[in-house]
Amino acid sequence: MSLFLLRRMVAFLATLAGASFVIFVVLDILPGNAALTILGPDAPQSAVAALSHKLGLDQPAPTRYFNWIFGLLSGDLGVSYAYDTPVAQLILGGLSVSLPLAVMAMALTTLIALSLGIFAAARHNTLLDTGVMTLSQLGIAIPNFWLAILLILLFAVHLHWFSAGGFPGWGEGPLLALRALFLPAVALAMVQAAILARVTRSSILEVMREDFVRTARAKGLTWRAALWRHVLRNAMIPVVTIIGLQFGNLIAGTVVIENVFYLPGLGRLIFQAINNRDLIVVRDCVMLLAGFVVAMNFVIDIAYVAIDPRLKAQAP
Amino acid sequence: MTAEASFERRALHHPSFAIGSALVLLLLATAAISLAWTPWPPSELDIPHKLALPSAAHVFGTDSLGRDVASLIMAGARNSILVGVIAVAIGLVAGTAIGAIAAASKGWVEEVAMRISDFTFAFPAILSAIMLTALLGPGIVNSIVAIGIFNIPVFARVTRASANAVWTREFILAARVAGKNRAQITIEHVLPNILPVIIVQATIQFATAILAEAALSYLGLGTQPPQASWGRMLNEAQNLMFQAPRLAIYPGIAIALSVLGLNLVGDGLRDLLDPRLARRR
Repeated sequence: MSLFLLRRMVAFLATLAGASFVIFVVLDILPGNAALTILGPDAPQSAVAALSHKLGLDQPAPTRYFNWIFGLLSGDLGVSYAYDTPVAQLILGGLSVSLPLAVMAMALTTLIALSLGIFAAARHNTLLDTGVMTLSQLGIAIPNFWLAILLILLFAVHLHWFSAGGFPGWGEGPLLALRALFLPAVALAMVQAAILARVTRSSILEVMREDFVRTARAKGLTWRAALWRHVLRNAMIPVVTIIGLQFGNLIAGTVVIENVFYLPGLGRLIFQAINNRDLIVVRDCVMLLAGFVVAMNFVIDIAYVAIDPRLKAQAP
Repeated sequence: MTAEASFERRALHHPSFAIGSALVLLLLATAAISLAWTPWPPSELDIPHKLALPSAAHVFGTDSLGRDVASLIMAGARNSILVGVIAVAIGLVAGTAIGAIAAASKGWVEEVAMRISDFTFAFPAILSAIMLTALLGPGIVNSIVAIGIFNIPVFARVTRASANAVWTREFILAARVAGKNRAQITIEHVLPNILPVIIVQATIQFATAILAEAALSYLGLGTQPPQASWGRMLNEAQNLMFQAPRLAIYPGIAIALSVLGLNLVGDGLRDLLDPRLARRR
């Protein structure tokens, strides 16, 4: 196990390093001069030079890269040009909204998808099965931000059950805050759940055909007992894979959905940073989000082995 | 009965493929007609008649600047297809080449190509588009490039996996015995055999590209005015949710139907091109 973990760990760190390198190259080397981007093309030469010096842009690229990485590791992310606030503080503020939102969306996704998937598989080839699958096909086709707008129309504009957007902050009590995150989480979860429900259903049906299920049924287990005791655990491997792949979409989704609901999370921070040409904030946020996706894939790799110990023996 | 005839028969009897094809044809026809005719010029402003309710003159009504919503939807179809086709083409050409080379050369080339494609998954289309627009400014070209880049590893993975399966077949061995090199075998035998898989993937990526373009345009990072875009129409509609909620309905339906159509066609093609899979379902 330790060797397996070690290999995964090395791959994880290498991917992080690769991602940081790509982000640095794209955002720091390619554009020529970030100071010029910030000040605009009409800025006087002396102002550009002064800002370049302030941002450390007059140092060679490898120095800048390692300064950035050491800053990231020590928690010193620099100071935002637009807000004149430490970037770390901005990011922590954003995370306090985005992280609960992502966790809520992920939990809703898994809950909805597993129940629908198991429900449909248990009624394979019936009208209910077809109905659930048709619904999920529709769910995949609906853009999450449109669903968000429809939810606002129904629950905020017509029914007045929720507010149309905004975030009261955690200081006002967790219930109010969670209430503000509920519609955004539903909008994020629906599309993902539609995909995951299909995967769950087909994976269960696949495993149902295996010999060990026939053995379990032959020794007298009911269909239901075989499902819960033997099929589900085996059917979870593709489901977990898709959950991992979906995490990237979820992260991308939060960027969009936070803008629909005016939530002061990471997505909105990135978006405003782009409009303000605040490249330092963009760079740190993109690195953080990419880091989340890579870390999630690492966790999924480990989860495989926890679900299916057979994989450990096969692991290269 | 010839193979083609049986394919057509099966296609017509495959409900999701038939429905999907109808929706895709509707999308293509709308875009094609909009090139020659729209009820009103899509970007013509008519402030006195802004936010008009649906009527005979304006089937879907007008938006906050008095533009005809039906005409904007028609012109938006063109925009979605443009972005989808180019973004998928970028991903398909580069990704298939990388995947085919990886499968043909094995060893460290395959390892490097696949590791690189692995970590591009750390950058979902929206994130890479955000980086590009942060640098180059928003616009349709940048969003196409961003979505296209995101498509490359998708095609690379699918191509490599299917190509690896073809490389183990006996007719490949026969071709090698006949003295053909790896490049010739890839072009003459491997690619034609994995074509169905790539077509299916292209259909599904087309749908994903339409969704991504809509999201980017909604955020203001994609297609810019006066070019019509469904995503941006939704953005404009959101500010008028209390006065004219209907404006938030039409573009969303247009996006959902197009994506649904393409996904159904993709699923249907997968069944039709690989009957073994269809029977197992």
